Amino acid sequence: MAEYKWPEEGKRTHIGKRISRIDGPDKVSGRAKYTYDINRPGMLFAKVVRSPYARAKVVSIDTSVAEKMPGVKAVKIIQEPGKEIQWAGDGVVTVVAETEGQAEDAARAVKVQYEKLPHFVNEQNPEAVPQANRRPPSEATAGDPEKAFKEADVVFEGSYGNEMITHCCLESHGLIAEWENENNLLVHQSTQSISSNGGQFAQALGMPAGNVRMKMEHIGGGFGSKFPVDSWGIEAAKLSKMAGGKPVKLMLERDAELMVAGSRPSMFARVKIGAKKDGTITAWESHIWGTGGVGNFNVANLVPYVFRPGVENRKETLTIIGTNTGPQRAWRAPNHPQVCLITMGAFEDLAAELKMDPLDLFLKNIDKTGTRANVYRDELMKAAEMIEWKKLWRPRGEGAPGSTKTVKRGLGLSIHTWQGGGHNSDCDLTIHPDGSVDIKMGTQDLGVGTRTVLAIVAADTLGLPIEAIKVNIGDNRYPASGGSGGSTTVGGISSSTRRAAVDALTALFEKVAPAMNTTPDKLEAVGGKIQEIGKPTNSMTWKQACAKLGTQPMTTRGKQPGRETLTQPGVGGAQMADVSVDIETGIVKMNNFVAVQDCGLIIDMKTCESQVFGAMIMGVTFALYEERVMDSQTGRMLNPNMEFYRLAGLADIGNFKVHMMTGKGYDERGVIGVGEPPTVSPGAAISNAVANAIGIRVPSLPLTPDRVLAALEKKGGSNAKV
Amino acid sequence: MSSSDERSDKPDQGGVSRRNFLKGTSLALTIPLVAGGEDEVKAAGAEVPILGPGNVNITLNINGAAKQLSVEPRVTLLDALRNDLDITGAKRVCDRATCGACTMIVDGKPVYSCTTLAVEAQGRKIRTVEGLEQNGKLHPVQQAFWDNDAQQCGFCTPGFVMACTALLEKHPAPTPEQIELGVGGNLCRCGTYVGIKAAIAQASGQMRKRGPAKLTRGGKSNG
Repeated sequence: MAEYKWPEEGKRTHIGKRISRIDGPDKVSGRAKYTYDINRPGMLFAKVVRSPYARAKVVSIDTSVAEKMPGVKAVKIIQEPGKEIQWAGDGVVTVVAETEGQAEDAARAVKVQYEKLPHFVNEQNPEAVPQANRRPPSEATAGDPEKAFKEADVVFEGSYGNEMITHCCLESHGLIAEWENENNLLVHQSTQSISSNGGQFAQALGMPAGNVRMKMEHIGGGFGSKFPVDSWGIEAAKLSKMAGGKPVKLMLERDAELMVAGSRPSMFARVKIGAKKDGTITAWESHIWGTGGVGNFNVANLVPYVFRPGVENRKETLTIIGTNTGPQRAWRAPNHPQVCLITMGAFEDLAAELKMDPLDLFLKNIDKTGTRANVYRDELMKAAEMIEWKKLWRPRGEGAPGSTKTVKRGLGLSIHTWQGGGHNSDCDLTIHPDGSVDIKMGTQDLGVGTRTVLAIVAADTLGLPIEAIKVNIGDNRYPASGGSGGSTTVGGISSSTRRAAVDALTALFEKVAPAMNTTPDKLEAVGGKIQEIGKPTNSMTWKQACAKLGTQPMTTRGKQPGRETLTQPGVGGAQMADVSVDIETGIVKMNNFVAVQDCGLIIDMKTCESQVFGAMIMGVTFALYEERVMDSQTGRMLNPNMEFYRLAGLADIGNFKVHMMTGKGYDERGVIGVGEPPTVSPGAAISNAVANAIGIRVPSLPLTPDRVLAALEKKGGSNAKV
Repeated sequence: MSSSDERSDKPDQGGVSRRNFLKGTSLALTIPLVAGGEDEVKAAGAEVPILGPGNVNITLNINGAAKQLSVEPRVTLLDALRNDLDITGAKRVCDRATCGACTMIVDGKPVYSCTTLAVEAQGRKIRTVEGLEQNGKLHPVQQAFWDNDAQQCGFCTPGFVMACTALLEKHPAPTPEQIELGVGGNLCRCGTYVGIKAAIAQASGQMRKRGPAKLTRGGKSNG
């Protein structure tokens, strides 16, 4: 029986190299078809009538005019009179018509009468939160924090936080639902979970799961927000039935995408931290509050983030505030960026209080991170070298080299972790008698290079060029694979594919060994040939070998989990930011930003690095620009668009560098995902850099000019010595 | 606000939909006019025909081919291509001229096709991402995007490719400032700007028939 393991460094032909994504040509040419691009024969368009009120009771709905309008095929009430709406933008009625314009006209003609009810949407000031909106607080204590604070040489108290942000996927949430016949539903959906969503449709519609076909070739962003079929997914399927089974396309409008289809909890904290004179942290106390809208979140076991294992004296409270805003959804590394900001901010502030270099303070406490302390240490040192920390860093408020009277430069750092690992995955690998190879798997490529990883693993194992592998994904008729979340995809899909390919090769060796006058265990697949180990003259081309299969293709199934371990959880990373702050305008500019990251054995260095770069850029947006702004009076989001919900542009990012930790100590851990971890630190590192530059903490992200100026004002105005 | 009103699916726009807004601005700005009732009105002293509100037959010159279609005058160039002609490379994202995912090159200039009416685009040379490849070979900008992994989910990519193509056609050796301006009207959520900067450097080099520029992220694409 073959052993499942990853090839040694010298034996990798594709794994770990810089390989361009195999679906790149489709994406740069417009050939890649996303759900939004699918046009089906006779397709109808659905539009949703949404509540303008954050909290209201539906009193009456009149659809009579809309129903008679040109092109209208169906009008369906989602929330009957008597229902209470809990957030602005929630769907009340859907209409479906032959063209988008007709559907919009009809939606506008639907008359809904509401009874407005009191709402609450802004949680930033905990004193202003009505009692009814506070969920019961949770509290936890470890060790003896009271005694530890008394004995501490220095105690620092600070405030940190970040606003709720929204995923703002460029391809909005949505789907095309159609009934192929009375019993069978076909759904093209923009989803992170192609294998399991058929079951969700089936359950909601009361039909066998096997009768739901799910398809998706490409997805225009998910980031954690596209797991469920969503209420509007079910509505589209019902509307299609009402319209005689015709395909119904329901893609959210941009404003709805921002209001109802994605949001990450805000988190604010008051922190007290105690330490010895030498910077050793001895006590931690944090009061965290925030909102997940009408949804929930949990930060138990997360403070003070990576240092938690060694900070023995802790007091933690969490108050979740319910607001009349759309429910929170998972976002790359749920809760980590917020808790990281709270922790790293407090550590950096403590270093400033002690007049220590925060790098020294982090290193002083690095053993508190537990078993992977050495990794963090190595990563911090590498990042420091890349950004020239020791040369450029200056004590808080002094300004790094290049600072002027009005523009102050500063450096900040942060470290982070994530578990990752490998989700369940089945892979069917078929070798055809003509030598062609294909893979079938019910997974999805979120743009992270999933297709490419599958091809690399199979090609490397079979000794073939990458082009020789045809990859089929995005269909729930293929062997099931997990949803793409938690940085578990690459670990799962690469493991099952490796096992499938190893088994396929073993079976092929058995077929060809007699013809080569040897035994299967003496064969290897290298460079498009099957050859005898140590005697390469005894060989057969891949095609000749596959011809021995006869007329039947041979399919092997690889599974994850399975025998031997090819993936494991737990990675770390360090990031350092170098910023300039104009203290007259409050504008923060990124100069340099470096990331050092480990993620076990890297399959494709190029797409892996892209993920880290992307996480850093998304992090710049989080740190400096994006926030969901709610109007307390109307209860509506004020910026559900892309001019005022700001994303970083190409000119905003500065110079970025990424270093991946590879080789001994990393490769043998197996394949581990990297989607989440590098998204965690940017907010903290940039906030720390700004504090270092201007001499005071800007307590809440995003670090917009008004917040920066307010912090400077508190410190003594922009004319104060910084 | 009253407790009963007609619901628009865009509550923040005070009941004025994008398409109605376009109707209004078109009246003041463009020929032909879009309105109902009258057959002709005077605009800037000239008599101009009125189109709509029903479908009108139009011809669009897309990637060198004449395409005939029948659309309501309120339909945007983007939606006409996507919904009526199944040319879906350009994407609908912000739907109001902010993010650039819908970028096409019209008469040599990059435009937001989400805020251009299809009827206005008649008689103009429209280029979309589908028209860049020649004889099955990727355009240097497309090749550079692939080589430098200037894409992740790829939804913004066609818009960026068109914006970069327009930039390099105008400025074959763009300065950093010209690059920032040239693609400053395009946004990416996955965060591919590092790759895009490198792609522009490579494509610029190739389009000027020089070797690849230094900024590239390295590693030739297979295939």
